[in-house]
Amino acid sequence: MNVRLIAIAGPPSAGKTAVVKQIIHNLGTAKVAYLKIDVVQAWEDEELATEFGIPTKKVYSGDMCPDHMGIMVIRDALLWAEELGAEYLLYESAGLCLRCTPYTTNSLGLCVLSAVSGTHAPLKMAPLIALADVAVVTKIDLVSQAEKEVFREGIHQSAPGIDIIETNAVQGTSMRYLMQIIKQMKPAESEKDTLRGVPPLGVCTVCIGKKETGWQEHFGVIRPLAVPDNLYRGE
Amino acid sequence: MTLQNTPIQSLTVLPGTNRIGDPENFNEISIHPGDTISIVGPTGSGKTAFINDIEVFAQGDTVTRRKILVNGSEPSEDLIRDPAKKPIAMITQSTKCLADLTVEKFLSMHLRARKLENNGILDAAIDLTNQFTGEKISGCMRMSSLSGGQTRSLFVADAVIISDAPIILLDEVENAGIFKNRVIETLREKKKAIIFVTHDPYVALLTEKRIVMKGGAVEKILTPGGEEQTALAQIAKMDADMMVLRERIRSGELLSAVTGAGI
Repeated sequence: MNVRLIAIAGPPSAGKTAVVKQIIHNLGTAKVAYLKIDVVQAWEDEELATEFGIPTKKVYSGDMCPDHMGIMVIRDALLWAEELGAEYLLYESAGLCLRCTPYTTNSLGLCVLSAVSGTHAPLKMAPLIALADVAVVTKIDLVSQAEKEVFREGIHQSAPGIDIIETNAVQGTSMRYLMQIIKQMKPAESEKDTLRGVPPLGVCTVCIGKKETGWQEHFGVIRPLAVPDNLYRGE
Repeated sequence: MTLQNTPIQSLTVLPGTNRIGDPENFNEISIHPGDTISIVGPTGSGKTAFINDIEVFAQGDTVTRRKILVNGSEPSEDLIRDPAKKPIAMITQSTKCLADLTVEKFLSMHLRARKLENNGILDAAIDLTNQFTGEKISGCMRMSSLSGGQTRSLFVADAVIISDAPIILLDEVENAGIFKNRVIETLREKKKAIIFVTHDPYVALLTEKRIVMKGGAVEKILTPGGEEQTALAQIAKMDADMMVLRERIRSGELLSAVTGAGI
């Protein structure tokens, strides 16, 4: 396979699409295909198709978790990109609970974080950051020097070896370092690639449509309020 | 201290192109410690793009195609990418402290990030801030309650005292009500290079060198020397007069005529 997969994750409004635009602009439009997965509404695919004339696709996950949906369709999407002769598939996630890490073994995992999201944000998004290859910190022009440095430390606490790129993504500052990393990527292996981490449990009685509240009404993945460990760990 | 291993002796801007692709009309612009420079020109002429090029150490990869050299050669990657090693501090009108902290907490957060002991650094930063702004700040005030002028003054002091950045870029901060002459004097004394993007005649004449922008390119580089001394004295007086007027309006006076301010 000749397609390289760039998986872009991050919370809403972090600037994922601004980063995508910079990547497309730098790679050249001839080589890129784009897939957006969101829950009920997304316009990025139309915007990018109009602006760059590249092939784009979108999937609404509706009642399914969007990252779960991504895991289902990514193999097909790589084949779609290959058929089109694209060298890169940019896959942008919806950015919801920040617990899933949609990065696959041979992809380049980018997590996009906004510098204005507060100095503790990197710690709250630890799972999203820990398995990524690169953390792209956007809106860097808006925050003070002290906060820049503290934000960076937070990212390194979540993922000590991660590459950090600080950018004003609208202007495209410092993108040259991201592009150097992208130029060295290996192609995906659509059938062999797996997820890098185990996603949180996604099948429970809430997922299948039971609306009652309280653990007494559910079975499978349940927990009461009073348990010794605040963090739910899968069984 | 925290300063990078190689001290910055010079920063060189190599020419790029204007908006229609014609080469810029200069060979190189060298910036040294203690230099004061202003960037002037109409809105949209490329002033902010010029200091952005310096801030990101452009290597022909920005729209202007300019290149920035440090001590005569291409700067190393960690000098650019690690904010704790970067020799440049940029402060704009939109730069903010977003966390709801006191001034003291904010500064100690920065000290911690730099792994510095306090040793009076924190008080020194607050003292310096108070030399730049008329409305004094104290360590127990909240960052979110500071005025624009106080915030800008604190960031400049933070850049000088805690970041110890040899080059400071200020983008249109003159409206924030800081003592521009004190800022320039202090930075010159401390051997910092300072570059102002400005529309303010007083700032423009206080700096030694003036870069005039047009159509996305450097149009002229002026080094007035003593030529503007008379004008500078007049503008300094007007600026002081404007400050008096501002204070009178702030204190609730009705101004029947401005002659009282000495104009």
